[in-house]
Amino acid sequence: MGIRFVLLVNKQGQTRLAQYYEYLTLEERRALEGEIVRKCLARTEQQCSFVEHRNYKIVYRRYASLFFLVGVDNDENELAILEFIHLLVETMDRHFANVCELDIMFHLEKAHFMLEEMVMNGCIVETSKTIILTPIQLMDKAS
Amino acid sequence: MAFAASSSAGSAGSSVSCSGSFTPSLVDSLFQRSLDDMIKALRSAPGGESSLLPRIIDEIRREVRSTDRDTKCLAIQKLTYLSSLHSLDMAWAAFHVLELLPSSSPAVKRSAYLSASLSFHSSSTDLLPLATHQLRKDLQSPNPFISSPALHLLSLSSSPDLALHLSNDLLSLISSTRAPAAIRCRAAATALPVLRLAPNSARGFIPELVEFLEPSSPLLSTTVGVFCELVSSGDPCPYLTLAPDFHRILLESRSNWVLIKILKIFTRLTPLEPRLGRKLVDPICELMRRSPSKSLVFECIRTVFSSLSEHETALRLAVEKVKDFVAADDDPNLRYLGLHALGLLGSNQSWALEENREAVVKSLADPDPNIRREALRLIMSMVFENNVMEISALLLNYALRSDPEFSNEILEAILLTCGRNFYELVMDFDWYVSLLGEMVRNPHFAKGDEIERQLIDIGLRVREARPELVRIARDLLIDPALLGNHFLHQVLSASAWISGEYIQFSRNPLEIAEALLQPRISLLPSQVRAVYIQAVFKLVAFCFVSFVNGEISSDSNCDAYENTGADSEGGDGEVECNPNSFVGSMGTKEHITSKSIIHMLNLVGTALNPLSECDEVEVQERARNALGLVHMLNGIEEWKTEVEGWKTHGRIREIVELMNSSFSEELGPVSTLAQMKISVPQELHLKENLSDLAEVLGSNDISLSLSVSFSLRKQGHFENKDESEPANESTSLLAEHRKRHGLYYLPTEPDENGSNEYPRANEFALSSNSSNTTEDLLKLTDHSLISRKMKSAKPRPTVVKLNEGDFLATTASKNANEAKEDVLSGAVKEVLLGSEEKPSSSGKTIPEEAIQMRLKETLIYSKFDSGSTEKSILVESKHRSSSSQKNNKNHGKERRRNSKKSEDKDGNSRSSARGSHHHARNKHKQSVELGDAALDVALPSLAIQDFLL
Repeated sequence: MGIRFVLLVNKQGQTRLAQYYEYLTLEERRALEGEIVRKCLARTEQQCSFVEHRNYKIVYRRYASLFFLVGVDNDENELAILEFIHLLVETMDRHFANVCELDIMFHLEKAHFMLEEMVMNGCIVETSKTIILTPIQLMDKAS
Repeated sequence: MAFAASSSAGSAGSSVSCSGSFTPSLVDSLFQRSLDDMIKALRSAPGGESSLLPRIIDEIRREVRSTDRDTKCLAIQKLTYLSSLHSLDMAWAAFHVLELLPSSSPAVKRSAYLSASLSFHSSSTDLLPLATHQLRKDLQSPNPFISSPALHLLSLSSSPDLALHLSNDLLSLISSTRAPAAIRCRAAATALPVLRLAPNSARGFIPELVEFLEPSSPLLSTTVGVFCELVSSGDPCPYLTLAPDFHRILLESRSNWVLIKILKIFTRLTPLEPRLGRKLVDPICELMRRSPSKSLVFECIRTVFSSLSEHETALRLAVEKVKDFVAADDDPNLRYLGLHALGLLGSNQSWALEENREAVVKSLADPDPNIRREALRLIMSMVFENNVMEISALLLNYALRSDPEFSNEILEAILLTCGRNFYELVMDFDWYVSLLGEMVRNPHFAKGDEIERQLIDIGLRVREARPELVRIARDLLIDPALLGNHFLHQVLSASAWISGEYIQFSRNPLEIAEALLQPRISLLPSQVRAVYIQAVFKLVAFCFVSFVNGEISSDSNCDAYENTGADSEGGDGEVECNPNSFVGSMGTKEHITSKSIIHMLNLVGTALNPLSECDEVEVQERARNALGLVHMLNGIEEWKTEVEGWKTHGRIREIVELMNSSFSEELGPVSTLAQMKISVPQELHLKENLSDLAEVLGSNDISLSLSVSFSLRKQGHFENKDESEPANESTSLLAEHRKRHGLYYLPTEPDENGSNEYPRANEFALSSNSSNTTEDLLKLTDHSLISRKMKSAKPRPTVVKLNEGDFLATTASKNANEAKEDVLSGAVKEVLLGSEEKPSSSGKTIPEEAIQMRLKETLIYSKFDSGSTEKSILVESKHRSSSSQKNNKNHGKERRRNSKKSEDKDGNSRSSARGSHHHARNKHKQSVELGDAALDVALPSLAIQDFLL
């Protein structure tokens, strides 16, 4: 399991999307999110995007008011995960046209579907934006 | 309803129009809050979200019971939103989610699946078995929008039973020719959790997945990911046989994702088979030179550093590349990763670290604490016994100017490195002890625990360091400013203990008594005060004894110390340390007169009297002890007068002897296993009486092994730090240090002795006049590589070690580690190496040694027959047949070398069994029938051997 979890958090530290690929109880999730938010949001632009936390590494990137945080195993390639985050943002951007925090809030399900198309059980399975978005566009058309 | 997520909004809207027949739910449907409305309401709730949540949950609870599918679905959607963003428990709604899974509407189904995969888990939901049939049906669906979420649920929430039940369906999906590649990819990714939950399914999955290890396979990326996980999470041995496949992918694949994973696999495999390295060097160097992708280049560097470091060309190139990372001024990410990669290098490749030294030292001043930490780690790994003084002094100086957190990290790193393995890096304990003293003066200091431990530990273990310890302890005790800092209380406690225990090395016991009894000690916590008072007790006893003995045997003042020193500590005759030389170098000691004793007794009396009523028992008890001694001594008038012959007074002799015998025994370190050394008395039957309890306390074993493995980890950590590099001292720093602590250098500069008699308490702060940039740290970079000998010719004092204790601890933990079994690797071994042993759910696995032996043997055989693979196969088959009984009948059969074929066969027979619901039974049968195939599966081990030759 390369990716342990994907979190989207806004500047105020509120979770906007949370997908875990390993089982944690609700309390554990809440504690983890709190700790990570405290650790990562205080960091500045001049600091690197990798934070060691507990037994894994968090790779994060900030886009406007949203932080994309990905928890990975310690031996995962950090730069590749950064590329993955960027791909995720680009995909969302293409679908929502200039994605913002509200888009994700009001379309949480779709954001999850996009993530589902890209990541399976912590493994990245799809990296083509067109293929990722096809089923979602089809669903939009069908309804 | 302005709702852009039209899937859910649409369905909610349609429910309003078409569900009129359900009267009970009509009202609900009509006035149901949409997801958008709920989010808006939560955002604009005047009392914050928490004020509105209970009401919304009540609504959802009502709506979710609705018989109308769309109302229910919307309720579940809202609940899912709240659960995943507001951490609300939705376990109670699990059944409602299950009810929605069979829905005919893809949108509803998908919502239900999402909700299930976000909230279900086998440990929290026992309803999952109810979904088995539905999952199977959806997995087989030709519509990828239905099978995909089903796979997702299976991968995230499956239980062992469910995994076993559905493994067959998953297998057919992976190998299906009709299903789209995207779905097969997902199915292959789902194989990983299924394999973990049901290791027995490895027999089916592994050969299937191996087939996709083709550079042209559409499932390559996922399959490589799965193997990467398998290799890194379990025992990598069985996957050695796949090395040729991985190698081909390394050569042919153009995808960075795939190449990164392949490199990770090889990082694990190369240590097992060093000859793989030769095959890898060229392609990896090629990638490093050509690839524009930083992530791939970094992965190459990491692979080379961690497992190909003995290959000179690759290492040179990787070091060249890592320089770009470490020196990337505009990108903190690359700097961090560069430092991180350098940390992977072992001590043999220290030149590589040396080449990047300047950048590493510069990084200590990086704005990012994470980068600073990495740099600190690297610098500590460069510490060697010949440069430990310089580096520690530099870092300590640097710590003064750092922020509190990093400052303490530096202190911790120094303490950890110097204290490692019984202070193996420390040659000069006088230096180290004074270094500890300096650390305490750091304004951010917060490492009291560790300093306390080390001060006392050094006192117990290193006899030669005691005079300096006492001096440092005095400096700390005498400074009233330190008492107010609660981080220092532990250190003061250790100092007080040292002052009491080794008071014979003090030049002025009276001064220490005053320090120990100063009014501000009321600021200390009671347990530290207890230590203070006990130290006073020892001190009074020592002074009195030395006064009496000194009066007896001396004519000159100077002899007083000599005799008392010998008397007070030499009672047991095992003291090698001669205080004479010490006294000689320190100059004359203040003579103890009856007046000074009287003064001291009065001081103790006044200071401790109030404490005899203290409500802390420890303090009270010890205060009373000390007061008792004072009263007793005060009660004897003879010694206060100048009357001749009082020394032979019976009562005084009695007291002196009593005190001598109570404090003459030297305290030493205690082995952790000391208890084991004591033989159990014969009449004591420890185990017999307790054996009845064994069943009740069965869990004890677990807790024991846990603690053992913890100690192992700790040790591993220490070993990691051991990647040292010789670096050299800066003479200017040494000179500075010598100036400050000249007393403790050999007398090459004799004039320094006198000037340093009473070092100032805040000496360190005064001397830190260097510039406040990292420039002085950069001096480190000026050092040449050639390690110089220690300047000081002083022999290293012996450190008392109790080695056998540690040795036993490590072996015990090793055993515990070996005992850990991995069911999955066992199952995979069975498939890939064709071992005779069948995997069983009881977790019986093939011992690793056996596998390695087998591999080794095949390799040895192959050496004998230069190139003739036929022969090696023959030898191999003989070897196998002699070791296994079940494949006797296939002995003479022609063996196919191609591993693929054997797997095909395996696959075919399996596909014939496919579709049957009695899969488990079939599989069992298959394993018996296919003795032949099982034998052939062993042959990949020959493939790798050819590959390596």
